[in-house]
Amino acid sequence: MDKNCWELRLYIAGQTPKSVAALANLKKYCVQHLQGRYKLEVIDLLINPQLAEGDQILAIPTLVRKVPVPIRKIIGDLSNEERVLVGLDIRAVVGIATH
Amino acid sequence: MLPKVRTGIEGLDEITEGGLPEGRPTLICGSAGCGKTLMGIEFLVRGALEYGEPGVLMAFEETAEELTANVASLGFDLPALQAQKLLRVDHVHVDRSEIEETGEYDLEGLFIRLGYAIDSIGAKRVVLDTIEALFGGFPNEAVLRSEIRRLFRWLKEKGVTTIITAERGDGTLTRQGLEEYVSDCVILLDNRVIDQITTRRLRVVKYRGSTHGTNEYPYLISEDGISVLPVTSLKLEHEVSDQIVSSGIPALDEMFGRRGFYHGSSILFTGTAGTAKTTLAAGFAHEVCKQNKRCLYFAFEESPQQLVRNIRSVGIDLEPWLTQGLLHIEASRPTMNGLERHLVIIHKLVREMKPDAVVIDPISNLINVGNMNEVSSMLTRLIDFLKVNDITALFTSLISGGRTSKLDATEEAVSSLVDTWISVRDLEGIGERNRGLSILKSRGMSHSNQVREFIITDQGIQLLDVVIGPAGIVTGAGRLTQQLQAQAQALAVQQELERKDRELERRRRVLEATIANLRTEFESVEEELRRINNEEQTRQQIFSQGQTSGVSEMLARKADNQQHNQ
Repeated sequence: MDKNCWELRLYIAGQTPKSVAALANLKKYCVQHLQGRYKLEVIDLLINPQLAEGDQILAIPTLVRKVPVPIRKIIGDLSNEERVLVGLDIRAVVGIATH
Repeated sequence: MLPKVRTGIEGLDEITEGGLPEGRPTLICGSAGCGKTLMGIEFLVRGALEYGEPGVLMAFEETAEELTANVASLGFDLPALQAQKLLRVDHVHVDRSEIEETGEYDLEGLFIRLGYAIDSIGAKRVVLDTIEALFGGFPNEAVLRSEIRRLFRWLKEKGVTTIITAERGDGTLTRQGLEEYVSDCVILLDNRVIDQITTRRLRVVKYRGSTHGTNEYPYLISEDGISVLPVTSLKLEHEVSDQIVSSGIPALDEMFGRRGFYHGSSILFTGTAGTAKTTLAAGFAHEVCKQNKRCLYFAFEESPQQLVRNIRSVGIDLEPWLTQGLLHIEASRPTMNGLERHLVIIHKLVREMKPDAVVIDPISNLINVGNMNEVSSMLTRLIDFLKVNDITALFTSLISGGRTSKLDATEEAVSSLVDTWISVRDLEGIGERNRGLSILKSRGMSHSNQVREFIITDQGIQLLDVVIGPAGIVTGAGRLTQQLQAQAQALAVQQELERKDRELERRRRVLEATIANLRTEFESVEEELRRINNEEQTRQQIFSQGQTSGVSEMLARKADNQQHNQ
């Protein structure tokens, strides 16, 4: 796997407005900034509650960046694009890639 | 009646009159090192083992491994319980540095995790330890507070009995004001250091819909977990025995109307230093074992070996009882443990050994450990505990003063609790010190009012007969003098009697002799008189004879004379 590949996991609990918004926002950012370099997994804890423990999920929705390490977590509906990108460390990497 | 869930924690169920409110959250708050987590875990473990109620532990501070290691020393085997599906530990790790916040969120994840954990084992009990850690992890306090409020409501709806632990705040019960959300039951734990001795105390701050003990109760973290010691939950309604236990000294038994102590009563020996309190106590223990009964001896001054050796010197051999297991000597320094701990050790050993008698030698040493109030409350509890269990209790207590000084604190504390109070004391006089023993009180039994002198011989303690001199009872050398004097007096009286007898005899002899003399005299006089009498008679006869002849002669003479004259 490419070391520049982002492995993301979004934890949601049912189709709540917050979860729906988060998923929509995330997809938008990925398309914009990580085209072809990401893998997104959406986990609905209402279906798979046992998965919450593994990633220490408390807040919903939570976006977990598994790769690249270190693990980062972004909670909320991801409405603030800038903070999401900073949180995921996306801009910097993109910047390096363009040089 | 509010349904309650027994915690299984020793004493806590008594204070809360049955346990925690069923299906409701209970807040346990306290400062660091109070045993909040432990109380939570014990609640779960006891629930699983004793009441068959599975439990979930949601740990926000420690990992499952850490918790397992921490409570293993208390004999709680968390992995085994987890394997039996009686316990589920979920460690919630919250790290602020890992979390970025953007936009709206809620803590549904926590609910899901908890809900999953509860449902997977059918848990009836939940412990959240310490939920306040969330405040460090999530910056949006408003969201957090509303979510916590929702969580507690949700737990109530789920019908699980929950314990929430929280750190104590400055001037408030909890640092984050959690008491606002948990209003059913709040228990406060306190860790206090007074005079370098730590005492842990527990108080039920509130308990909605139920009465509860309102005092502060000392509690302990012992090898078996938490043990709360309620004082006032014990009622005075224990069974009483009519059996009699010997004191081990026949002469002392004689001083009691029923020849000994009642079984299950409490006996106190008070005395100044060196008045043979320990010897009396050991004598009692010896007697108990002789009856093939078990005795538990707490020695706060001597090691078991030393005690056995010293007591052997007065002809009491405790060794066989030790080997037979009838006697157990538990020796420890009073300062080694806090008071409560001593009490717990006593409780524990009593439960393990089930003795017929307990000796505590001396209780006054415990004062070094706590202040008067604590000692007094501890002794109250101890005596009550032993009475309820129908165990004869013998205490010794060292008192400082002489005969006239005021009662010592221990005496004050204990004297009203004990049934029989025997005072041993110095009887000091003319250059020597003797030991005297008297019964100050003996409930439900007549008793001697004498002060008896006793001596310690190679064959044990012997009470001496009472000797009363001109100024009260006499002891020691005085007693000997008195006895000698009495002997001398008796001898003198005897001699006087003998002398008188002799005098009488002599007089009698003198009199007899005189009588004999007189009789002889009388006889001679009588003879003389008789002789004189005879002579007189003879003379009379002669005279009368002579007169007859003489008349004629005289007549002749007369005639003759007349002739002459003419």
